Amino acid sequence: MHEKISVKNLKFFYGANLALKGINIPLYANKVTAFIGPSGCGKSTLLRVLNRMYDLYPGQHAEGEVSFDGRNILNPGEDLNLLRARIGMVFQKPTPFPMTIYDNIAFGLKLYENLSKSELDGRVEDSLKRAALWTEVKDKLGASGLSLSGGQQQRLCIARTVAIKPEVILFDEPCSALDPISTAKIEELIDELKTEYTIAIVTHNMQQAARVSEYTAFMYLGELVEFDETSKIFTSPTDPRTQDYITGRFG
Amino acid sequence: MASYSARRRNSSIVMGLCLAATGIGIAWLFLILFSLLVNGIPGLTFAVFTEMTPPPGEHGGGLLNAIFGSVLMTVIGVGIGAPIGILAGTYLAEYGRHSKITPVIRFINDILLSAPSIIIGLFVYGAVVVPMRSFSAVAGSIALAVIVIPVVVRTTEDMLLLVPNTLREAASALGLPRSFVIRRVAYRAARAGLITGVLLAVARVGGETAPLLFTVLSNQFWSVNLVKPMANLPVTINNFINNPDANWKQLAWTGALLITVAVLSLNITARFFGASKDGR
Repeated sequence: MHEKISVKNLKFFYGANLALKGINIPLYANKVTAFIGPSGCGKSTLLRVLNRMYDLYPGQHAEGEVSFDGRNILNPGEDLNLLRARIGMVFQKPTPFPMTIYDNIAFGLKLYENLSKSELDGRVEDSLKRAALWTEVKDKLGASGLSLSGGQQQRLCIARTVAIKPEVILFDEPCSALDPISTAKIEELIDELKTEYTIAIVTHNMQQAARVSEYTAFMYLGELVEFDETSKIFTSPTDPRTQDYITGRFG
Repeated sequence: MASYSARRRNSSIVMGLCLAATGIGIAWLFLILFSLLVNGIPGLTFAVFTEMTPPPGEHGGGLLNAIFGSVLMTVIGVGIGAPIGILAGTYLAEYGRHSKITPVIRFINDILLSAPSIIIGLFVYGAVVVPMRSFSAVAGSIALAVIVIPVVVRTTEDMLLLVPNTLREAASALGLPRSFVIRRVAYRAARAGLITGVLLAVARVGGETAPLLFTVLSNQFWSVNLVKPMANLPVTINNFINNPDANWKQLAWTGALLITVAVLSLNITARFFGASKDGR
């Protein structure tokens, strides 16, 4: 199986504070990998290393290796904008930009590709369809992205990410601010998206991890406790801490 | 334990004091507006907007040259000051947010913000008027720009800091370069606040007298020459109100009314912009 991303001995620091203590994990191409674990275990931190989001803030740094198609993206010379265009991210809270639904999607696209108006229209439509939002917004593309409901906003953010054709999509608790119906839609979507993208999802919801992912990583206190096929993790984990966590005995 | 009725009595006393204080504050505003209306409206004729300031002892005349001068210098002053203020505010809130020099710049800006405007007038007098050997509209505009800058720096920084970081992260996660994130997302999200800041700066300099006294002086005549003295409302009011000439006094009141109405409506417009959220 092709390792789209391989994390090797990754250490991460918030200032002097060690948040990831040497993580080794693969992300397989066209598979969904879920990260579970109690708050503060480092799962979101790990995700933010994969697209170097931490670079926005001073005092945070990573050591080790994150190999993306064979290239170490932790190299200082890495073009972060290009990297982030290839590794997209969807956040916990929906973050539509304060502009129209159309522009929310078109605006990133215009920067990367020189598209004619009709090509652009096509890409916007295509992205909204992939995010299962098209039928709901096709008659109001000129409305503000902020006028949508929370679940729609989150799908708009997914459409925006898909539009620039990334290879990997990172989901950071994408459903924690959504109701069960919107959550179900996003989960369906993730299931469809994996045919084209490599997906990593951080979630607090273990049923969600079990439903959407092929692989699951359990993290605890900055360490990767166990990584295996999801069915294995949820039925016969090898580490007692994983066992305790998935049965709800701590965390 | 104080009885319930005693607490109620204390509450109503304090409430009464607060209401009285509010009433006194508002009363002054209305007294000022009232006297401006009473004294200003009688002189409010069409000629005020079409004729030049009259020489002493004559009847009629208007404030056209002064109104024009005020508008022109305000526009130039804000035109110079607002872009500088927005760029500096952007540095403080975006690029320099974690830099050690940012608190120092912010502190200096706050000092400039509260500097008496007459000091700024004197500074520009020394820096521009003396080397140019002439009072001029340029010098006046520069003085106004110096007043505009700290106001706009402050509001720009405050408004950009209100833009949630999640929005910047979301834009960065699409691979957008920093400048793009700021111009297309952060400015957009803060647009109402940024406009409010500039409008408040316009209102602030619209009525400034002291910095103009030392820089443009005034002019009895129509002038569009930027390197010569130019008429303007505040200095004209200042000159006319202290003169026994009844016609001048009347024009001064009318001019004062015009400035007040302009500043008031700018403030109200700014409020309106500030209230319309997320700039849809």
